[in-house]
Amino acid sequence: MRIRLLIYIICVLGFVAPIKAEENLDVSKLIFEHLGDSYEWHITEGAVIPLPCILVNKSGVDVFLSNKLEHGATYKGYHIAEEGDHEGKIVNAAGERPFDISITKNVLELFIVSFLLCSVVLGVARWYKKNGYKKAPGGFVGMIEVLIEFLDKDVAKESIGHGYEKFSPYLMTVFLFILTSNLLGLLPVFPGGANLTGNIAVTLTCAVTAFIAINFFAPKSHFKEIFWPDVPIFLKVPLPIMPTIEFIGLFTKPFSLTVRLFANIMAGHIIILALTSLIFVTAQMGSAMCASMTVVSVLFCIFMNCLEMLVAFIQAYVFTILTANFIGLAHSE
Amino acid sequence: MNLLTPDPGLLFWMVLSFAVVFFLLARFGFPVIVKAINERKEFIEMSLISAKKANERLASIQAEGEKLLADAKAQQKDIIAGAMQEKQRIVQAAQDEAQISANQMIEDARKSIQAEKERALQDVRNEVASLALDIAEKVIGERMKDEATQRKTIEQLIDRL
Repeated sequence: MRIRLLIYIICVLGFVAPIKAEENLDVSKLIFEHLGDSYEWHITEGAVIPLPCILVNKSGVDVFLSNKLEHGATYKGYHIAEEGDHEGKIVNAAGERPFDISITKNVLELFIVSFLLCSVVLGVARWYKKNGYKKAPGGFVGMIEVLIEFLDKDVAKESIGHGYEKFSPYLMTVFLFILTSNLLGLLPVFPGGANLTGNIAVTLTCAVTAFIAINFFAPKSHFKEIFWPDVPIFLKVPLPIMPTIEFIGLFTKPFSLTVRLFANIMAGHIIILALTSLIFVTAQMGSAMCASMTVVSVLFCIFMNCLEMLVAFIQAYVFTILTANFIGLAHSE
Repeated sequence: MNLLTPDPGLLFWMVLSFAVVFFLLARFGFPVIVKAINERKEFIEMSLISAKKANERLASIQAEGEKLLADAKAQQKDIIAGAMQEKQRIVQAAQDEAQISANQMIEDARKSIQAEKERALQDVRNEVASLALDIAEKVIGERMKDEATQRKTIEQLIDRL
C-alpha cells in the first residue's frame, strides 16, 4: 500500500517536474557548486541564509554579510569573481584574493558539527558526573557509551597496546568528528547538506593531526627504523634507498588518509546529486520518459543514501583505525 | 582544479575548530566517560566476586545447617531409642516385680490354703473322732467301760477308714 502510494507520488512529481524544469540545465555546474563552498547557505529558491564575510588585508579587516555581493554586486571594492583562477571567490578590485576567513557554508557546517559534538560528548560526560558509575545508562547515553568503549578498547587499545590512553581521546575526537560531518552531509536540508568531509582542507587538517599523533610522540626507535632500518647494508649505504622510501612513507600515510576520506565522501555526494539531476535532465525528453526516470532516480537515490550511511561509518572507522595502527607501528619495538 | 586545492580560510577555521573541540573533549569529555566506564567495570567485577563469595558462604552455611540437622536427628533417634529401651526395661521390671509379687501371693495363698486345709482336716478328723466316739459311745454304750480301750479301738477303726 505504501509502496503504491510512493510510486503514485513519484509519478505525479514526474509530470509536474517538466513544467518547472529550467531550460539548458547545467548539471556539472550544479554539482560542482554543491561540492565546493559558497558564501551563502542556499536552502531553496528564495530561501537563502546570508553568511558573514570576513576579509583580512593589509589595511585591516572587512566584515559584512554576503548578500551585499549578490548578483555580481561590488561592496567595499570586493566582488565575487565570475571566472579565472578565483572563480566563485571574493576578490578585490585588482582581482587579488585577500586572506579570506569568511564564515562560508562549510565553515558554518564545521561550527555546527563542533557544537553538536561538544554538546553531545560533554552532555554524556555530565551524565556520568551526576550519576556516578553505579548506575547503568540507557538510551542515547548508552549508545554513546558503546561507541566510546568500542573506540577505547577495540580500536585504540587493540591497535596501539601499551600507553594507548594518551591517544584514545584524539582517536575518539577524530572518529566522532568525521562521523558527524559525514552524516550531516547526507542530510539534504539546512543543518546538513554541506560537503564538509568531501572538502580537502578538512581532511587535510585531520590527516595533519594524525601525522602529529603518529610522529611527535613516537619513541627513538621509530626514527631509527626510518633513517637506519634493519635491512642489508647495501640498501642504505651508497644510496639511501630504504631510508628514502621510509621517509616518503611518513608523508604518504597521512596523504592517503586525506585523499581516501575526501574522495569517498565527494564521490558519494556526486552520485546522489547526479541521480537527482537525472529527473531534471530528462524533463526535456517528455513526460513519459521523465516519469519513468524519476521513479528510477528516486529508487537509486534511496539506495545510494543507504549506501552512503554505511560509507559514513566505514570511512570514519577506516580513518581512525588506520591512524591507530600507524601510531601502534611507530610505538612498536 | 578548485576542489583539490585547500582553501586557506576553511583550513584556518578547521584547525581552530578541531583544536578547540579536541581540547574540550580530551579534557572534559572522554576521560570522564572512560573513567566512569572503567570504574563501573571494576565495580561489576568486584560485585561478581563478592556475590560468588557470598554464594559460597551461603552454601557452606547450608551444608553446616544440614549437618547440624542430621546430627540433631541422629541424636533424637538415639534418645528415642534409649527411651524406648528404658521403657521396655521399666515395663519388664514392673512385670517381673508383678510376677514375683503374684507368685508370692499365690505361694502365700497356697500355704494358707494348705494350712487351712490341714486345719480343716484336723477339725474334721477331730469332729469325726468325737462323732464316732459319740456314736460308738451310743452304740457300744455300756459294753465298753474303759475309756482307753475305747479310744484305741476307735482309732484303729478310723485308720481303717
